Amino acid sequence: MNAPLEGYNFAYLDEATKRMLRRTILKAVAIPGHQIPFGAREMPLPYGWGTGGIQVTAAILGPADTLKVIDQGADDTTNAISIRRFFTRVAGVATTERTAEATIIQTRHRIPEAPLRENQVLVYQVPQPEPLSKLEPRRAETKRLHALADYGLMHVRLYEDIARLGHIAKAYDYPVMVGGRYLMSPSPIPAFDNPKMHRMAALQLFGAGREKRIYAIPPYTDVRSLDFEDHPFRPIRAPQDCALCGSRESYLDEVITDDRGGRLFVCSDTDYCGERVAARGAAAC
Amino acid sequence: MLTAEGLTLHFGVIPALVDVAIEVAEGEVVAIVGESGSGKTTLLRVLSGLMAPDAGSVRWLGADVHAMGEAARRRLMRTDWGFVHQNPRDGLRLNVSAGGNVGERLMAVGARHYGNIRAQAIEWLARVEVDATRIDDLPRTFSGGMQQRLQIARTLVTNPRLVFMDEPTGGLDVSVQARLLDLIRTLSRELGLSVLIVTHDIAAARLLADRILVMRRGRVVEQGLTDRVLDDPQHPYTQLLVSSVLAA
Amino acid sequence: MYVAVKGGERAISAAHAWLDETRRGDPAVPELTVAQVEQQMPLAVDRVMAEGSCHDRFLAALAIKQAKGDLIEAAFLLRAYRTTLPRFGASAPLETGAMRLRRRISATYKDLPGGQVLGPTFDYTHRLLDFALAAEGTERATAPEADAPVPAVPRVTELLAREGLMQREDPGDGEPGDLTREPLAFPAARDVRLQNLARGDEGFVLALGYSTQRGYGGNHPFVGEIRVGHVAVEFTPPELGFPIEIGEIAVTECQMVNQFKGSRTEPPQFTRGYGLVFGHGERRAMAMALVDRALRSAELGEDVTAPAQDQEFVLYHSDNIEATGFVEHLKLPHYVDFQSELENLRTIRAALVRESLREAAE
Repeated sequence: MNAPLEGYNFAYLDEATKRMLRRTILKAVAIPGHQIPFGAREMPLPYGWGTGGIQVTAAILGPADTLKVIDQGADDTTNAISIRRFFTRVAGVATTERTAEATIIQTRHRIPEAPLRENQVLVYQVPQPEPLSKLEPRRAETKRLHALADYGLMHVRLYEDIARLGHIAKAYDYPVMVGGRYLMSPSPIPAFDNPKMHRMAALQLFGAGREKRIYAIPPYTDVRSLDFEDHPFRPIRAPQDCALCGSRESYLDEVITDDRGGRLFVCSDTDYCGERVAARGAAAC
Repeated sequence: MLTAEGLTLHFGVIPALVDVAIEVAEGEVVAIVGESGSGKTTLLRVLSGLMAPDAGSVRWLGADVHAMGEAARRRLMRTDWGFVHQNPRDGLRLNVSAGGNVGERLMAVGARHYGNIRAQAIEWLARVEVDATRIDDLPRTFSGGMQQRLQIARTLVTNPRLVFMDEPTGGLDVSVQARLLDLIRTLSRELGLSVLIVTHDIAAARLLADRILVMRRGRVVEQGLTDRVLDDPQHPYTQLLVSSVLAA
Repeated sequence: MYVAVKGGERAISAAHAWLDETRRGDPAVPELTVAQVEQQMPLAVDRVMAEGSCHDRFLAALAIKQAKGDLIEAAFLLRAYRTTLPRFGASAPLETGAMRLRRRISATYKDLPGGQVLGPTFDYTHRLLDFALAAEGTERATAPEADAPVPAVPRVTELLAREGLMQREDPGDGEPGDLTREPLAFPAARDVRLQNLARGDEGFVLALGYSTQRGYGGNHPFVGEIRVGHVAVEFTPPELGFPIEIGEIAVTECQMVNQFKGSRTEPPQFTRGYGLVFGHGERRAMAMALVDRALRSAELGEDVTAPAQDQEFVLYHSDNIEATGFVEHLKLPHYVDFQSELENLRTIRAALVRESLREAAE
């Protein structure tokens, strides 16, 4: 473990702020899917770049934790590196790129392919916590709609998609019902990842810094993607195999290889892909 | 089914409602008539729970409408009750297709089968005489009369028992008005609906209503069976209202 | 075979090194000192203190130097530093009536107790580029000094209030709200609205204030008074139980006088739009006062129709640190979401093609 940065508290935030965050997190866990307002602090990283996730991680991080940070499923994307470096600097905790070794995984836009375990926490960075924001911009009104569980409007939106396009056109940030009560934004993960949230063994925490909301899904909670009985939710992925590990199950990134339309598809989850390639290499030896 | 007693409401020093009592029975069409400013729209808003009175009570099947929580009142508004606004823009979502507008109430009460929702929307468009091929069009491309018929379809699709209507034919051409009144009369008879309709149009009241209440300055000055009130008005104000229609 | 792009860590380090190099610029030119920024760009320092929500000229000047003159970036640096400071409590309300004045003007009275004091202002200067400033080492400019300092003078709005013509403000009880500790909730009370505007983006608040003048929710404002100067900050430490002066800060206060038709409970009278900001920031204080008054529309029983009167619209979008972060986050990778949109679009288009082929076949 490295020594934390001189002049700053462990994990940057002072202990009183961390207590405030933990109280908010407990409340969020107690009311699955419900957005809890909190006094988000100004962080040394910009709003919209993960300040909510960083504050949640800072609040739950202990010296014995092992942290993994991913963006678009990958550990080596620039913003993931920047956040991982931040916690190395201010908390000195161990970091890893291996999903299985991490106790806390902070993520932007993906859920790892490998199933998570009970002693892991998945922290999502959330740009817009309000699933109804596109339909009703006023928070005073959306708060009322949540209180009354008045979600007909969301279904109207899905109805309109089917009427116009033949199927529900929401490809990411696909709204879910948590515990049969609260409509929730899963953050901009691809709809492909939604089923992984359902009855997940790990605790899922969501932090929105700019919008100053925290919400949570406790382990083993029901999470259903909104749909119609005759138009059930269907996660989509590119129909190709991963060019590196050959996976037909994982979510793929499309990579443009030249300017003549050449392209190939590789796993977005770099750890998952790497493990599979390594296993194949070991088998070949 | 709907019973109100002692309704009183002031806007500052202006009395909007003074000790108003009203009752609507199952399958009954009741019209509230009066000039603008007589308090009839305010009465409708108080009866439908949109506005709280200073004193008095409104009961639906025995339950106090203003004492129930907002959640219960909203549920009532999308199940047993319906509200048809004067301006269809207040009762429709203009950026949602005609089918979506009709389907919204079904989805709000739990319908989750797209095919069934759509089939019911098509059926209801037919009942209000809107061409079914317009189902995916936005209401803003509809004429005023069509918008109003769409609003009625959207309200009736969940089979409410009582529908509040606030000047439903206001702002429409005379020929369009007649067709709409005819539609409302047919549907309310077929469905056995109770209707509470506010109008300044005595002819509309005569066509639709079983009973009439005449309002003036926040008070009910006369009420009774439609034919009796219009053919043999007792109160001078009613006489004036009826004669002005005859003169016109 | 394809190999995924690696080396993000090295790229970031190199980019930061380059940033440091460009900050220094041509090494043949002497390095700018923090003291120079603080002394010679005082209005930039004032803006960064206001938007950074932290009254410290040295830190603001340092932030400006570090941010290469990008004032929003500088305010961001100051805010991030401010977060780590402990909060001791709330000061007593500033007594701006006792301000040590540098400038004080009123547009509602030609003359008034204390007089009009222009102070160091750009007003009435001709905006001609002064090439003499391009030559360095010129004599230090000096201004003639009055015999006596400007005395503390009563506020203009107080003169009106004594006559009963200006609505009195509710003094409130207890500490004002603090946005940096508690999130916004709606409807937002005036203390929180004022805090939000005081640290809001100058351009945004200015444009909103301007929009009220052009008919989007306006109501004939007059500048009752603008005053710029220093006021004492008093704080009551719990262990003492009485207020002590802990220092002085520079502020600008603007009180706008607005018409009000009266309501059921209140007679017709003037109402106040209020602006108070760190440092010398007249434009900011005036715009703030216009928007403050516009945001009071609902509680004064006026129609809420214009953007500047809409609490959620104004208060959720005034903070330039939030705004710049979220706008600029669009340059972060979004390829996962984009990929799902791509697949979605391909699926829809494939279905359309199948349909048209079937129709053609029939």
